[in-house]
Amino acid sequence: MSASPETTESPLPPPPSLVGGYAPLPGTFDEMVSAEGARRPHWEQMAESLDRLGRDELAVRAENARRMLRENGVTYNIYRDVQGLDRPWELDPIPLLIPPEEWRQVEAGLAQRTRLLNEVLVDIYGPQRLVKDGLLPPALVYANPGFLRPCHGVQPAQGLFLLMHACDLARSADGQWWILSDRTQAPSGAGYALENRIVMSRVLPDEFRNCRVQRLAAFFQSTRDTLRSLAPRHREHPNVVLLTPGPYNETYFEHVYLAKYLGFPLVEGADLTVRDRRVFLKTLEGLQPVDVIVRRLDDTFSDPLELRTDSFLGVAGLVEAARAGNVMLANALGSGAVETPALQPFLPGLCRELLGEELKLPGVATWWCGQPKELDYVIDHLDAVVVKRSFAGLGSEPAFGANLSSTQREKLIAEMRATPHEFVAQERMALSSAPCWVQQQLEPRPLVVRAFVSATRDGFTVMPGGLTRISHAAGDPVVSMQSGGGSKDTWVLSDGPVSSLTLLQGSQQMVRMERAAVEVPSRVAENLFWLGRYAERLEDSIRILRCLVARLAGEARYEQTPELNALVRLGVRLDLLSERFRETGASAPLEREILSLIYQAHRLGSVREVLDRLRHIAFVVRDRFTSDSWRIFNKLQSDARLKPGKIPLTEALNVLNTLLFDLAAFSGLAGENMTRGHGWRFLEVGRRLERAANVITLVQAALAVGAEGAVILEPLLEIGDSVITYRRRYFAVPQWAGVLGLLLAEESNPRSLIFQLDMLEERVAHLPRDASAPRPAPEEQVLREMKLRFAAVNLETMEVAPHAAVPPAVSGLLAATAADLRKLSDLLTHHYFSHADPRLS
Amino acid sequence: MLYQLVHRTLYQYDNAVSVSHHIVRVTPRTLPRQRVLDFRLEVNPAPMVQTTREDYFGNTAGFLTVEGAHQTLEITARSQIEVLAGEPPIAEQTPAWETLREDCRAGAPGAREASQFTFDSPLVRRRDEFAAYAASSFPVQQPIMVGAMQLTRRIFEDFKFDPKATTVATPLEQVFAERKGVCQDFAQFQIACLRSLGLPARYVSGYLETLPPPGRPKLTGADASHAWVQVFCGEAGWIDLDPTNNLLPGERHIIVACGRDFSDVSPVRGVIVGSGKHQLKVSVDVAPVG
Repeated sequence: MSASPETTESPLPPPPSLVGGYAPLPGTFDEMVSAEGARRPHWEQMAESLDRLGRDELAVRAENARRMLRENGVTYNIYRDVQGLDRPWELDPIPLLIPPEEWRQVEAGLAQRTRLLNEVLVDIYGPQRLVKDGLLPPALVYANPGFLRPCHGVQPAQGLFLLMHACDLARSADGQWWILSDRTQAPSGAGYALENRIVMSRVLPDEFRNCRVQRLAAFFQSTRDTLRSLAPRHREHPNVVLLTPGPYNETYFEHVYLAKYLGFPLVEGADLTVRDRRVFLKTLEGLQPVDVIVRRLDDTFSDPLELRTDSFLGVAGLVEAARAGNVMLANALGSGAVETPALQPFLPGLCRELLGEELKLPGVATWWCGQPKELDYVIDHLDAVVVKRSFAGLGSEPAFGANLSSTQREKLIAEMRATPHEFVAQERMALSSAPCWVQQQLEPRPLVVRAFVSATRDGFTVMPGGLTRISHAAGDPVVSMQSGGGSKDTWVLSDGPVSSLTLLQGSQQMVRMERAAVEVPSRVAENLFWLGRYAERLEDSIRILRCLVARLAGEARYEQTPELNALVRLGVRLDLLSERFRETGASAPLEREILSLIYQAHRLGSVREVLDRLRHIAFVVRDRFTSDSWRIFNKLQSDARLKPGKIPLTEALNVLNTLLFDLAAFSGLAGENMTRGHGWRFLEVGRRLERAANVITLVQAALAVGAEGAVILEPLLEIGDSVITYRRRYFAVPQWAGVLGLLLAEESNPRSLIFQLDMLEERVAHLPRDASAPRPAPEEQVLREMKLRFAAVNLETMEVAPHAAVPPAVSGLLAATAADLRKLSDLLTHHYFSHADPRLS
Repeated sequence: MLYQLVHRTLYQYDNAVSVSHHIVRVTPRTLPRQRVLDFRLEVNPAPMVQTTREDYFGNTAGFLTVEGAHQTLEITARSQIEVLAGEPPIAEQTPAWETLREDCRAGAPGAREASQFTFDSPLVRRRDEFAAYAASSFPVQQPIMVGAMQLTRRIFEDFKFDPKATTVATPLEQVFAERKGVCQDFAQFQIACLRSLGLPARYVSGYLETLPPPGRPKLTGADASHAWVQVFCGEAGWIDLDPTNNLLPGERHIIVACGRDFSDVSPVRGVIVGSGKHQLKVSVDVAPVG
């Protein structure tokens, strides 16, 4: 941890204490310090603790938090950013503290709001009495793209549209909490809040205990139980899945995380199908019924038949399945209709009408421009408000009236006058601030808290905590993860003892869910197959490069080294090196070329490039891996970067060695930790198939440069990882016959071709198949033929003398086997992976 | 008039399809001047699921699932229907267009239901250029129906019928720029014009009985699905206008479905699970009975 320049170069002594040196922003509410400069009582314990830890220790803790998040692969994808995929999640090491009595009020207000919005949805998708009675302006429903007409009349079980609801809360200068906005479509953030909590409870374990922080697990358990209880069928063992738009979604990490935490399979639209107005999961074993879908896909994209026809992220027929009452969706399709900020001014009236209660938690002052008086007011007070579009999807960022140029201002006013119903204005609120760890000290940063509500059997429950988001700059009025910013854990304090329930160890119900988790969607099987292939491809090219680098970097780094020359030719033959290196022995260009083959991310087939592809595929099926395996993928990526200030070639050797270890760790984990299900089987098949193909290519290339005599044999054994085996067996300088025998036909050598064929035969025999299909299956048939062909050629007695032509029997065998391997790959693809894509007709 | 209608849709797939889902809106509506005497939907191969419901706009929507490999899918709707000649209101007596615009904006009780047809819909977006085109038909205090009929005539005169010029995906801006298209384009353009002025307009899909040239026999299957417009005229209700033929639809127009635009009422729409291409053949017969 390096200290910032300010602290190292400052001639002043450090402030007396960490917390004592904290200065809140003037004119705003600070969470820790009152306007009079007094520390708020509920921060007392934390403040003492922070001072006790001190600057250095807190720096260590902050670094620990960062490391944990990185190792757990906590990420957030930013759409507009080229580097945005998989951006690390930022967590401030100081939590936001909320006292119990204050939270009770917020909690009651939030639960009431969810109940209210749910009732509004019941009406909008039912009798529309609110519009008819003039309580809700027609435009808020009819001009609202979130109001999905195909979903009108589809009433979910128990009238539950909102199983989950999130609100962004902010605190004004007088200390009052206000609701800024609602998320009713597919609210995100609860998983990040949970991950923040898990990390923070390890980063500040004593503080976490001493502050009596209310725990989050019970909230998730109740969410899970409620979801399961809503299954229309299979009431004993309902199948609940989490539907994600896929790895490119901004919160994909969270989808994976929540799916694992709740014990629900993570699926994409292509994994589901509708038959007989019911939803099924396509697995290798066949169709499995699905009862409840936790939907993280926006509703308009959920059904290409009845909703957006240009979307293929969804499931054709899903609306009809919901209409028939055969599947429960959380949240219901069409729930996005109440996300509009334009609803805000009408909520107090709607609350009295629908619930017979006063609204408990106010929303930030909002004017809907669809009303003439409000429109005039907004135009007159443009400097004091933020103008937004009423409905999501209409584009354009919020406009801060005060920041507009006069042309922008006129343009905005003209637009507002043309389609007033499409605009709302909200009061600009000065956000409260809390101490954050910035540059080795505590600094105030504005914050917004996202709170979460979930349905229970008899009402709604609020997560005691939430996701606090902070802006990067003290004066920045916009707090959003999309625009970059950090997060904090939110500690709701308790006045009594706290329950320490956790779902992570797995409760009774988790165990029951495992059956569903074992089923492998075809798409996942295909990705695992390719993951196996790429991992092996990567290992193969690393071994070849390492062989080259070792000879270039080592003691005998002279162009005359016959082995190096032979290896360079082998490299040319394998299309690894370009033709121009065949004759020239100059080492400088060769070195550059090899470094580029390792580090150049945009070069097709380079270590970095294959690694990126490998990681991408791993990313897509991330929910299939333990956190340890995932850590290896992250480590691989960071290990493959050129470290500054190192001697490139020596460093390259280190890097290649490290990568080989990482890959070995991955194989080890896959071998020891993965259930022997079909997922593992396809990973294995991919790996074996690739290794078999690579051995063939390698031997073919070596035979082609065979004119070098036996000099290629030592490197060949090295690449084939069979040096020791060979020495043990022959106690002699490598000979062609022995080497070929070992690499191709030695049944006990796990690197040999025949070993791969044996393994393939075993794995393929256990792949799922229709019991009525004839045996042997075509894949088994191909493997059988390959092995028969092998038996007919006796490699050990074959003479492959230097300068002699390659015996036709060997080259014929290799060519035929290579062709059969391609055929096997095609057969597997055709049989297991080609889930015909749905199309519009 | 009594009509015997046959609307046949035939899909031919290059590769067998394992599952197909379709939504069909091919049942004529029951209306004061239109009575459905008989309706039958034939689907071949026989569907695993066939359900019928009334959609948000009051149209009859059928949901079909065909399971098991199939290379063709044929959907035939047969109906017998009686259409009465309506008595159109006196155009000059309909309210001024500004009154309707304000009623819709304010959500006045009589216009609340109609107001949902003043907003943008998936295929019809309001534009200043459309409002400018429509403006000359809507001078101050022009009765709405007079203005709408004039607009219908202008579209008929300014636009050329050209089946090759557009597809279902052609945007209205292009239709307007090139002044070419088919009935669907003209209907949606007129709707866009009316909505750009703040007036409620909706899309009608249906059939039109075509008359053979004098002395020639009528060809089977020569009719086609047709589309036109309805504009809301206050107490007089929704009035039909056909910009493709510049007329007020009467006995020869049969209404199947109404919606905000084509996307709400497309007669047959489906998603198949399979690969390869498909061919689509549609034929419509509107035969007068007796």
